[in-house]
Amino acid sequence: MPLTTAYQGEIPYLQILDPDGNLDESLAKGTLSDADVKHLYEHMILNREYDDSAFRLQRSGRLGTFPQCKGHEAAALGAARAMRKGHDYLVPYYRENPASFYHGLPMHYILMFWGGDERGNAIPRNISMSPLTIAIGTQGLHGVGHAWAFKYRKEDRVVVAFFGDGATSTGDIHEAMNWGSVLKAPIVFSCINNAWAISVPQDKQTGAETFAQKAIAYGMPGIRVDGNDIFAVYKAHRDAIENARKGNGPTLVESVTYRIADHTTADDARRYRPAGELEAAQKLDPMIRTRKYLETRKLWNDELEKKTWEKAKATVADVIAQADKVSPPDSDDIFNHTFEELPPDLIRQRDLRHTHSIGLNPEEIGLKPQPEEAAH
Amino acid sequence: MPKLNLVDAINLALRQEMERDERIIILGEDVGKNGGVFRVTDGLQKRFGEHRVVDSPLSESGIIGTSIGLAQAGLRPIPEIQFEGFLGPAYDQITTQAARVRSRSRSALTCPMTIRVPVGGGIHAPEHHSDSPESIYAHTPGLKVVMPATPYDAKGLLTSAIRDNDPVIFFEPKRVYRTYKEEVPEEEYTIPIGKAKVVQEGTDLTVITWGAMLFQCLEAIDQLPEEVSVELIDLRTIYPIDIDTIAESVRRTGRAVVVQEAPKTCGLGAEISALIMEHCFLHLQAPVQRVAGYDTCMPYYKLELDYLPDATKIGKAIKDCLAY
Repeated sequence: MPLTTAYQGEIPYLQILDPDGNLDESLAKGTLSDADVKHLYEHMILNREYDDSAFRLQRSGRLGTFPQCKGHEAAALGAARAMRKGHDYLVPYYRENPASFYHGLPMHYILMFWGGDERGNAIPRNISMSPLTIAIGTQGLHGVGHAWAFKYRKEDRVVVAFFGDGATSTGDIHEAMNWGSVLKAPIVFSCINNAWAISVPQDKQTGAETFAQKAIAYGMPGIRVDGNDIFAVYKAHRDAIENARKGNGPTLVESVTYRIADHTTADDARRYRPAGELEAAQKLDPMIRTRKYLETRKLWNDELEKKTWEKAKATVADVIAQADKVSPPDSDDIFNHTFEELPPDLIRQRDLRHTHSIGLNPEEIGLKPQPEEAAH
Repeated sequence: MPKLNLVDAINLALRQEMERDERIIILGEDVGKNGGVFRVTDGLQKRFGEHRVVDSPLSESGIIGTSIGLAQAGLRPIPEIQFEGFLGPAYDQITTQAARVRSRSRSALTCPMTIRVPVGGGIHAPEHHSDSPESIYAHTPGLKVVMPATPYDAKGLLTSAIRDNDPVIFFEPKRVYRTYKEEVPEEEYTIPIGKAKVVQEGTDLTVITWGAMLFQCLEAIDQLPEEVSVELIDLRTIYPIDIDTIAESVRRTGRAVVVQEAPKTCGLGAEISALIMEHCFLHLQAPVQRVAGYDTCMPYYKLELDYLPDATKIGKAIKDCLAY
């Protein structure tokens, strides 16, 4: 009996705005308006300023380890713009600050978070996003759970869950894509492929040509887009989100971009990045082509550029001042968020600030309890 | 009042809570149409529908990970992990995620879920179907760990676990799923998490145990000479541990034997011994004795009864402790 084809899949690639700022008008139809692009470019400037300022804060000893988002602006903002703000649900990992800020996360929260204050991850109730996660790939399943809850309650909300190229090697991301597809959950898996997982490049991460093609095995659409192209990222996510909203299940979108920075401030990419690669990637910086496009359309000029940067610097200075003004966390809070109601021994540990035994039952050795001597 | 076994009591609690609260979803491998491999969820899918009792892919990390999302989004998932030996793949989601949701978000988000897990040996099962990992989870801040031994306690504790606003691991000693029946009220009731039960009062020595070992302890105590008076405590909750009940008893008896199925080193018995030392030092007449599984892998079932503490081993430890 001759061999037949059991299944054949295909992964489209989408680019609408090329590196020189030329737009494919037909593909761009019905996507971003001039006002949208201008607004998103202003966001890029604000985020780039924020990112560089956070880097400087770290270098001057005022902030702990910080992972820069430089280069990710179009990939994060295009996806964020495609969501219904305050309605759809954002599941970030930790390199999508532009998306989080776009959805309303107060900007000083991220400085608090990386400054070692957990209150920076207490996402305000009116912001439709989950806390940042550090353990790679774990959040995809939480996204599926959220999407499942939306479906269960018959709400027309969609989840966008971000993860990086490295996360595609974790079991959790595969379990998430598998479940999402089985449940036809309203979720979009947004893989930001920035070429490096700390020091590991794509060809050491996977034997596959693209990350998007992993969708095929889970029975869902996959698409690879130019992640430095705000139009392509927006369109792919919008289509995927609306498809999910209609009940057709998830899509995997791979946005190909580049981390124009070290992994974090604790990393030195010169140890592993081939010579010339960063410089080549910098030429593809999403901000360059977005600006070119706006200039071609006479929507932007040097004057606006200068003013927007000045405004961004002032905003970020205010954000830093706001973060500085936050009072230090109360050390009782080490304990207070462990359970809704603390068990007796945890209350004792909190109130006495020690765990050792002698004095635990002072009446036993003929002493009266003296809680006022607690070592606060 | 009907007499129920552990399986039926748990099933009844699940049914009653699901009727009471539409936010509850059961998910796990084979829990739906098949009613679970131990039939604990039997009939629930038929009663509540496929959208509430969900046969999941074979994916333990996925079962817990999606449950975290469901819980964060306002539902009350009850995931089942089919056997405690399969907790391994879910360990990361349980300990680095579920246990930390409240802390990480400074209580902006919570993770109310009850993870049901059959636990322990003695049922002639293959590898990875007979372990006792409760102390691993008791050592993880942010988790509550419960292990009832009897049908009455199981129903009341499961109801409390489901209504708790933090993640609870609910271990079900599978060896006694169907071996013991007792009267279980049809009407709903709760038993507070964190409260041990004095099963039998006594004055000479305190035995502390939990899970299926309760029945081995009862057998051991039955075989002791008439004049020996042993107090028996069923811990019921592993974390938070009810040290007050233990300490009150050991201060009176001055002697304690802890009986656990799990391996000895770093097991809960070690914690209980330390707590007794901290709370009852001046009252002790003898060193605290531990009767535990060996620090080995749980053997395949031809040797499992050689591994597990039984009435003979427990009885010897009690006598040694009394004679000290």
